Amino acid sequence: MTSQPVSSPAPAPEPQKQKQSASADAAAGRPALALRGLAKRFGDKIAVNGIDLDVPTGSFYGLVGPNGAGKTTTLSMATGLLRPDYGQAWVNGVDVWQNPLEAKRLMGILPDGVRLFDRLTGEQLVTYAGLLRGMDRDEVAERVADLLKALDLADDAGTLVVDYSAGMTKKIALASALVHAPRLLVLDEPFESVDPVSAANIRDILTTYVRSGGTVIVSSHVMDLVQRMCDHVAVIAAGTVLAAGTVDAVRGDASLEDRFVELVGGRNTAEGLSWLRTS
Amino acid sequence: MVAHLLKLKLLLLRNSLRRSTWQLVGVILGGLYGLGLLGLVVAGLVTLGALDLELVRTVVVLGGSAAVLGWLVIPLVVSGVDMTLDPARFVTFAVPMRQLMTGLALGGVIGIPGLVTLIALLTLAVTWIRHPVAALAAIVCAAGAILLCVVGSRLITTAGAALASSRRFKDLSSTVAIIPLVLLGPIFAGITAGFQNSPGFAGELAHILAWTPLGVFLAVPADLAVGEWPTALARFAIGVGTICVMAFLWQKSLSHALVTPPHNAVTRKGAGDLGLFSRFPASPTGAVAARALTYWMRDPRYAASVILVPLLPILLWFISGESGDLSLLNYLGPITAFLLAWSISADISYDNTAFWIHLSAGLSGKADRAGRALALMVFATPVVLVFTVVPLIVSGSLADLPMMLGLSAGALLTGAGFSSVLSARYTYNVPLPGESPFKTPPGTGFSMLAIQFIGWVVLAVLLLPELGFAIAYLVTGNAVFGWLTLLTGLVLGAGALIGGIRLGGAWYDKRGPELLQAVSVNK
Repeated sequence: MTSQPVSSPAPAPEPQKQKQSASADAAAGRPALALRGLAKRFGDKIAVNGIDLDVPTGSFYGLVGPNGAGKTTTLSMATGLLRPDYGQAWVNGVDVWQNPLEAKRLMGILPDGVRLFDRLTGEQLVTYAGLLRGMDRDEVAERVADLLKALDLADDAGTLVVDYSAGMTKKIALASALVHAPRLLVLDEPFESVDPVSAANIRDILTTYVRSGGTVIVSSHVMDLVQRMCDHVAVIAAGTVLAAGTVDAVRGDASLEDRFVELVGGRNTAEGLSWLRTS
Repeated sequence: MVAHLLKLKLLLLRNSLRRSTWQLVGVILGGLYGLGLLGLVVAGLVTLGALDLELVRTVVVLGGSAAVLGWLVIPLVVSGVDMTLDPARFVTFAVPMRQLMTGLALGGVIGIPGLVTLIALLTLAVTWIRHPVAALAAIVCAAGAILLCVVGSRLITTAGAALASSRRFKDLSSTVAIIPLVLLGPIFAGITAGFQNSPGFAGELAHILAWTPLGVFLAVPADLAVGEWPTALARFAIGVGTICVMAFLWQKSLSHALVTPPHNAVTRKGAGDLGLFSRFPASPTGAVAARALTYWMRDPRYAASVILVPLLPILLWFISGESGDLSLLNYLGPITAFLLAWSISADISYDNTAFWIHLSAGLSGKADRAGRALALMVFATPVVLVFTVVPLIVSGSLADLPMMLGLSAGALLTGAGFSSVLSARYTYNVPLPGESPFKTPPGTGFSMLAIQFIGWVVLAVLLLPELGFAIAYLVTGNAVFGWLTLLTGLVLGAGALIGGIRLGGAWYDKRGPELLQAVSVNK
């Protein structure tokens, strides 16, 4: 599966609503996540203005954009948390808004800027996430123990989430997203306020996950991270996709950061703030 | 800088109103209520001037002391009443201490309570208009008194902030704070009884209070009116001295607070204790129930209602004691059932955006509704049973048991079913997770009251069959009607609960994303 290197008008969607296995999806070239014409307006502000995107199965997909570009809104609409005004979203060919329950079973999500049931202990929260999805007790217990260990949270498993630091809270939310072994992971700012060691651990987990056939979408504004970690990237600004494709295709000869700034614009030359110079 | 702080306070007030029309309506209604109250106080104070000097003095000192006490105590009980100018938010700005204090103090006067107090205090000048010197002094003392109130309450909030930064303390204090609030009626009744039993009590109390910082500023004009200059001066000195001492302490704690970021000592605990999650069945419904029940114990917003339960008999006993007829106490069971069932009617609003985890897990509405209702039933059923049976044993009217059990069962089951529908359809602004149960965003009162009032009416209509049989039993005394109440209570109640979970679940399935949107407005 290859995707268009630039933001050409997307072809018509090819929704196929019957279930297939991951390998069959990859073989059929069906994207893990397909968005067509997603749009959302809040009052006067158009947050997302018709987004088309194909996330190939088995890819590690970076979603980058300046603050307020519509990343979170797009991901919320793609994952069934926010009803779009227009457009459609498919996860492995399952329409998110027609068959939400089936689509949500395939996805694990980590939203940004929402609360958790933080009066539960870390262990209880991840267990809760597993049980809500109808998993059986022993399986949940086993996976919770594995996840807490892998994310360095085992020593704090019995502490209430409300007493966690910001980075620990992110990690416990990530564990909740992973517990049901989803086929597609949608992570909104997963590395925000996470310490470097934990970030490296999380990266390892995600890389292994992708290698075993899973698909990961991360939003971030740390370009270096995306360039190193992801194989595909989409640049979003002002609610539209400016460029999408493999990282190498999007960045060309430049670094992703330079290419990003070139696409998005808005750089000020360092003329101003002359009073800030100390000499 | 002082002007900046005041402007900031006004701006915060204005912007908080912009967020929703209903909040604005609520604030206007609140303002009208405050105005009405103020009008009454002002009218009272103006006419008071014509009365006997000693009486005026007693009333003014007692009323004023109560107001000052309110300013000092309310921030203690209700953590974060008004933290819009929270000193912790100024940590990173280099505002000179003197200007920061002046700004915060004046900022404290802006706002409905500050303005109402100030106007009431200034009206005292009119009360004393027959004694020009006293009237003049009243104006000076009004400034002194409001300063005392504001500096005192700021001192207490700042000093308390250190304690309040510990989550455990905050949780505990905001949960326990409901006890004095609920018992306010009985406490007041006790004081009133004290007044009634000894006519001189009020005068003596006023005399004592007039020498404490609470009453000094209010007693000064009274002293001047009778020409007792030395006493007046002494009292004024006490007042000013108190302000100085409090300002000094406030400065100390403020400068401490500005360099001590909030911290929270947490003991780390390893895995192994799943609590209620290992007791409930390992199904989505069981998980929701375990989570909800854990919150009933751990979240102050729910725990406050749990603490309320043992206070209900005391409250009812007190209410029925007023009229001398204790038969109301027999209805403790049904009343408790009604209140407890109602308490889950805003469950999703209480979840706030944490609700996303239900939505993203693709949890079925039926499982969500059933889990929450199950959690309620687990602790409400024994409580309601005990509260229904024990009063009847005490009053020796066990013959009423079938009727009373029918009412309790009907109220609990039908109420839980109705709440399950309501919380899937309507959300309103409630205290946010982690906040004090008493802290509601301004203006929530009205929409909440509207939904509650309509909800209670609908619930009463749903309970009509049980109520009808209960009334028939009470009128005829025929035991058959008692048993019929029990039968309808159980059958209709169970039907309403199942129907409520189905209907609420269907709405929930259809409107999940919209519910998440609605609760995320309030954050």
